[in-house]
Amino acid sequence: MTDINKHRDKFPQKNPDGTNIIDLKSGKFIKVWQGPNHPGITGNMSLELTIQGDEIMECKTHVGYLHRGFEKLMERRRFIQCLPICVRIAVPEPDFNEYCLTSTVEELAGLKIPDAAKWMRTLLLEMSRLQSFLMWIGGQAGAFGLGIIGQWSNYVRDLVLDRFEEITGGRIYHMHMIPGGVRGLTPDGFEKRMEETLQEIEKVMKDIETTMFNNSIFKKRSIGLGYIDPSMVFEYGVTGPNARAAGIPKDVRKDYPYLKYNELDFDVITGKNSDAFTRADIRRKEIHLSIDLIRQMMVKMPKSGDYMAKVPNVLHWKIPKGETYVRAECTRGEFGYHTVTDGSGYPRRINVRGPSYTHAVALMEKLAIDVNIADTAGLMVSLHTYPPEIER
Amino acid sequence: MSFKDVLKPFTAWKNLAIEPVSIKKPLERQAAPRYRGFHKNNLEKCIGCGTCEEICQNAAIDMVPLDGIETKEGDSGLRPMIDYGRCCWCALCVDVCTTNSLTMSNHFTWVDTNADNFRFIPGAENKPWDNEELGYKKPENYELNNPYRVEMVEIEPEQRDKSFLEIVKGFSKEQAIKEADRCIECGLCIATCPAHMGIPAYIAAVRNDDMEEGLRVLYETNPLPEICGRVCTHKCESVCAMQHKGDALSIRWLKRYIADQVPAEKYKEILETENIKKNDKKIAIIGAGPAGLSAAYYLALLGYNVKIFEALSGPGGMTRYGIPEYRLPYDQIDKDVDYIKSLGVEFQFNTRIGKDITLDKLHEDFDAVFAGTGLHLGRSTRIDGSNHEKCYQAVDLLRDVADGKSINVEKKIVVIGGGNVAMDIARTLARLQNQKYGKVQLIITSLESEDIMPADLEEIVESREEKIIIEPAWGPKKIKIEDGKIKGLHVIKCLSVFDEEGRFNPKFDENKKEFFEADMVVEAIGQGMDLSYFSEEMQSRLEMTDRHKVKVDNNCQSSIPWLFVGGDIVAGPDVISAIADGHRAARGIDNFLSQK
Repeated sequence: MTDINKHRDKFPQKNPDGTNIIDLKSGKFIKVWQGPNHPGITGNMSLELTIQGDEIMECKTHVGYLHRGFEKLMERRRFIQCLPICVRIAVPEPDFNEYCLTSTVEELAGLKIPDAAKWMRTLLLEMSRLQSFLMWIGGQAGAFGLGIIGQWSNYVRDLVLDRFEEITGGRIYHMHMIPGGVRGLTPDGFEKRMEETLQEIEKVMKDIETTMFNNSIFKKRSIGLGYIDPSMVFEYGVTGPNARAAGIPKDVRKDYPYLKYNELDFDVITGKNSDAFTRADIRRKEIHLSIDLIRQMMVKMPKSGDYMAKVPNVLHWKIPKGETYVRAECTRGEFGYHTVTDGSGYPRRINVRGPSYTHAVALMEKLAIDVNIADTAGLMVSLHTYPPEIER
Repeated sequence: MSFKDVLKPFTAWKNLAIEPVSIKKPLERQAAPRYRGFHKNNLEKCIGCGTCEEICQNAAIDMVPLDGIETKEGDSGLRPMIDYGRCCWCALCVDVCTTNSLTMSNHFTWVDTNADNFRFIPGAENKPWDNEELGYKKPENYELNNPYRVEMVEIEPEQRDKSFLEIVKGFSKEQAIKEADRCIECGLCIATCPAHMGIPAYIAAVRNDDMEEGLRVLYETNPLPEICGRVCTHKCESVCAMQHKGDALSIRWLKRYIADQVPAEKYKEILETENIKKNDKKIAIIGAGPAGLSAAYYLALLGYNVKIFEALSGPGGMTRYGIPEYRLPYDQIDKDVDYIKSLGVEFQFNTRIGKDITLDKLHEDFDAVFAGTGLHLGRSTRIDGSNHEKCYQAVDLLRDVADGKSINVEKKIVVIGGGNVAMDIARTLARLQNQKYGKVQLIITSLESEDIMPADLEEIVESREEKIIIEPAWGPKKIKIEDGKIKGLHVIKCLSVFDEEGRFNPKFDENKKEFFEADMVVEAIGQGMDLSYFSEEMQSRLEMTDRHKVKVDNNCQSSIPWLFVGGDIVAGPDVISAIADGHRAARGIDNFLSQK
């Protein structure tokens, strides 16, 4: 039997700066195109890989398959009309777009929203995080060959979507937040059904923990994969669980508390090893944290009261000239809207800061080096990216 | 990693014994009560304002005509059609619907073989979800517009009840912009306004703080914005879509706001009327009321030489001689009239046609004649005692007050009538009583009960604030006269004013009587026209309508070709119809003379 590791230490040959020497004419390298229907991402994105054997020597990321021009489109829409557009910027987690847009309008227009609306928004954002993590965990497991986890997690995610449906009338695009407040409070008996859902999630999470996190295959493939050095966190603008796995306690909910997060009791979860496994473990703990936060909110939230401030006619609403950056902690990290207004009824420019942009485009090119080609999908999922927010 | 990690994943097999969680019949799944499913529209409630179409950022909604739904006042006759290939179910259309007629069901499945069918066509076919109770509806206490109007500031009753100071103070800039912001630009008002004024356009000008543009829009269809901005009957407000949410827009006050903001000396520059090329045609206009002034303005713009003959001593017609100064100050009438005068329109006052000059003479000297002589003859109740010298006609008294003549007001007065003229004369006399005696002793009695009194609600409220007593639902029976002096008015209870077919046919209860003490009685039960300036031969040629008004075509041309007629003797009575008539007549005269 041929010893495949016989010349392992000779290849790949390195430049003095540590980068791989790539000579395509030598015949020792192959260019492989992965994507745009890539198993490692919820959407379309491509990787242009230069491989030697089954290891990646160089990776170039290609985006543009999903571009729908949302940012430009919003410049031609009244602020209220941006709402149905903005939610499409992060399909699996649209509520953060709603939050950023509405609070931008409120901040620039100097509008105070009622307390009940703030609680409602916090609940929606946390529920959104919960369902997004549940969706992610299925993808992460699937990328390493554990197909069943995705089926379990999607079942409980559907239960969260049912709760969304009860509150907002929509399952995916909720559009429940409106400049000035929200469209309604929780319906009667919601707490009970929410608690049942949370218990079901906890039950399924127990199974997932047993079969995924105590699984030799998963451990073998994810431990040590895609190591993000803490120094890279600031260099690349890494946020969210990716940064927290490197031991850096970055969390917008704590650093810049918004809505009602400063009235909730929680600690920032950090890890040490900064590899795919640590990131997965942090997200697993985040699911439990979300469950805990929702339980806290169910107790503290007002069940009645004003949920909408008085707004002028939304068809003619002119927002004063100004500029603001609004951010929130989504499942992937810091999600923000940098908005400039010119005093008209239309936004002059909205720039969406999606964490996937840094994670999937720049960071991925760096992390993919020397990774086994079969692990690229797992690596990409471990960065947890959504292409629509790369291409707004 | 340990040996456990190899074995533990096998616990997944335990799920083999568990019932599957997937839904067996997904098509039968009941969605949540708030679910945003297929649309429903209550066609009776919907007024076709098109706000849903306006807010839809996907352009999924088109307003379409529908069989069985007619265009009428306050209803465009259009209904929303929704293209489900474009709809994103955001429900903003439901949120902004002015009548709350548009809602959503919680149905979400629709199986069809033809993709073109996936549209919500109102009333076209029945859908299973048409009567579905559940589904998204606009939540309570949630509005994407301000439903209530900005309150107009008025002078307090104590300050106004002795003087003829203008009561309504007018909007400040902030108030006007806030009020203009409420407009949803549906245009129902344009269709209802007799002059079809560009109301949403001038409201938009207020919103954008562009008074010059606002003035240009006003003068396109209405050359008397100061007058109309104060005393227009505002039919537009009665059809405003926003009244279904709360209050109609204060359209009249916004019009006044624009006119008040622009100084008279800038009019010519803004309206670009500095160099009008004159032609050699001459037009005579009888009556300097709103109809005559409007016709004169638009004829002057077309280059005609216009001369207005007025029987009274000042311009404005009923707006000056029928409306008290506290509602419409004379200097505001003058502002509008002076601008028309500055365009070269000549005025000849104190000249009564038929007496000072005959109509035939006018026909000889001028190429066309426009008559807008209004309703200046008061109607009498013809009850016993109504021919007494202390029993007056409201229009005569109002005319005397406007002319500055002194009126001998008595201590106790009864006004008969329930319309705005009754309120006008009562409030005028109350001021004079206050000035003379220091207190008000005045009763207004009308046939109509308070809910159907034709006077504006604000007039009734303000009259009461000025200590006038209103006694509705009484029919005048007899004026009591003793020793040649009026002692009061006998009245009997009026049970109903109109019969089942809606005709004027009052019914009384003779047993229920009342007596109102008075030294003076004023009748304000309506006015008639005075067509005595027409010769008998002409009167025989002049066709009349069934409602005893002069019959004219769409261009206000009467059955005598050179004679155009407009104003209260054709329609109304109201100021905006008269202005519209004047505009139409100007166009009609221009057509008539260019064809000659």
